[in-house]
Amino acid sequence: MIRFWFPLGILGLWAVAAISGGWIVESANQIDLQRILQSPGEQGLMGYDDLGRPILQRIWVGAQVSLLVSVGVVTLSLLIGTAVGLFAGYQGGWLDLILVRIMDVFLAFPGILLAIALAGVMGPGVDNLIIALSAVGWVGFARLTRGQVLSLKQRDHVTAAIALGTPRHLILLRHLLPLLSAPLIVEATFGMAGMVIAEAGLSFLGLGIQPPDASWGSLIRDGASYMLMAPHMVLAPGVAIMLVVLSLNILGDRLRDRLDHRSNG
Amino acid sequence: MGRFLLSRLVTAFVSMFGVACLVFLLIHLVPGDPVDVMLGESARPADRQALRVSLGLDQPIETQLLNYFSGLAQFDLGQSLHSKRAVSELLAERIPATLELAFAALFVALIIAVPLGILAAVERGKAWDWGAMGFSMLGVSIPNFWLGPMLILCFSLWLGLTPVSGRDGFTSLILPAVTLGSGFAAILARMVRSSLLEVLGEDFVRTARAKGVAEVEVIWRHAMRNAWLPVATLLGLQLGALLGGAVVTEVVFDWPGIGSLMIESIQKRDYPVVQGCVLFISLMYVLVNTLTDLLYGLIDPRIRLDNSK
Repeated sequence: MIRFWFPLGILGLWAVAAISGGWIVESANQIDLQRILQSPGEQGLMGYDDLGRPILQRIWVGAQVSLLVSVGVVTLSLLIGTAVGLFAGYQGGWLDLILVRIMDVFLAFPGILLAIALAGVMGPGVDNLIIALSAVGWVGFARLTRGQVLSLKQRDHVTAAIALGTPRHLILLRHLLPLLSAPLIVEATFGMAGMVIAEAGLSFLGLGIQPPDASWGSLIRDGASYMLMAPHMVLAPGVAIMLVVLSLNILGDRLRDRLDHRSNG
Repeated sequence: MGRFLLSRLVTAFVSMFGVACLVFLLIHLVPGDPVDVMLGESARPADRQALRVSLGLDQPIETQLLNYFSGLAQFDLGQSLHSKRAVSELLAERIPATLELAFAALFVALIIAVPLGILAAVERGKAWDWGAMGFSMLGVSIPNFWLGPMLILCFSLWLGLTPVSGRDGFTSLILPAVTLGSGFAAILARMVRSSLLEVLGEDFVRTARAKGVAEVEVIWRHAMRNAWLPVATLLGLQLGALLGGAVVTEVVFDWPGIGSLMIESIQKRDYPVVQGCVLFISLMYVLVNTLTDLLYGLIDPRIRLDNSK
């Protein structure tokens, strides 16, 4: 049971922090020169940063960015990727050929390299961050959907639907998409985990959220310069990222065991 | 085999061509006028015009694309706006450091993942298995831009065992390699475990056990030999993620590789260098993947038969 309630608890906390984060932005950006680099204690649960801003509140506000970006990217990637995959897989022929080649090109960029380049060129900001990461994220969903559709469209119920003259969009939406939902949900959960790390990574590199606003990645970057004097500055945001990503990964594993019986090798 | 080789090479070529096109388009994604972004709006008109001409931005886009590809064919990636040196020269300086880091990380990943994966498979469902899979779950959940600083804090600042950053001898390689390799080790350990578990259920393993072969021999000589293939394929595929992750790790440790060159160039808005870095890393990735594919086709006939269908 702990494998189920632990991740749900952490993710619930993440969501609550993200939603309520908007109300405490002011106190999170409140500079207090008396408290520079103060260690965690009675006055501040997680201590203060190099400008005397409270780390706890900054992590709280950072949750908002991380949730917004990861949900935004995964939603956008899911929509684009599933649509491309459905058409490529179902239609076949030259359309499939071209779409697969395009996917190959996007897959030829290792890891988040393309996102780094895009975010670097387009400039910082949440919207550019979401665009850059979605440009990388959609391919995984497209490839997964296409692969599934290729085997699913051979099924009898699809053949029957075609024989009955069901319009193509209804076959895609009613007869194929529901069967795809389980693997897509699993993929989306792991995708969220990847995007939380990617957003923090880009912000760590200075390509995401800009000061004075807080992101978990930029908190780690700021803290890295003061590690010897104030290790809490790096420690706390890192633990936040790890807990959220760990929860999403555990949840993804659980969902895969539950929903996706084919991969239970 | 001929058909398999040809189809893989065509795929690789198309991917490389597409990558080059996307990288070319990168500079056109700069919001507004790239010349304004690079020089600032207060620059003199003559300077702006000079930069526009030197980047070829004064020409129609199809001419630009043509020039770009004819440059690529001669390994000419343009010129850095900052240091005025050839991009290919800058890359060449940084390549050894990145390769060194990537191979060291690969080595770290292998020496952690293979024993751990085997142990988890052999002790399936017992404490070792839980421990190994717990490590693996943690490994994929800890970002390397956090693991890196934490390792620096422990081993460099507190214990004073390794340098904090830079590339200066063997000790300076240890922490970056562990940082980059550990996430990779986590994925690999899972793969070794599941691949070995699958093989252990096969008839020939039962036969080997039945005729009294020692368990160590069964695992290492009979089972592992067959379990390597999927592991090795993953190795090739994940090398790309390694190259991508190297960007972040290089920045954390101030490692003078291509990744840190790319981030420095982004900060200086030196776009020709950024394009060169992205292009180089991606082409290397396509090359490694194609080579991996071809090698396995050569080793295991099942793969090339599957593919040429």
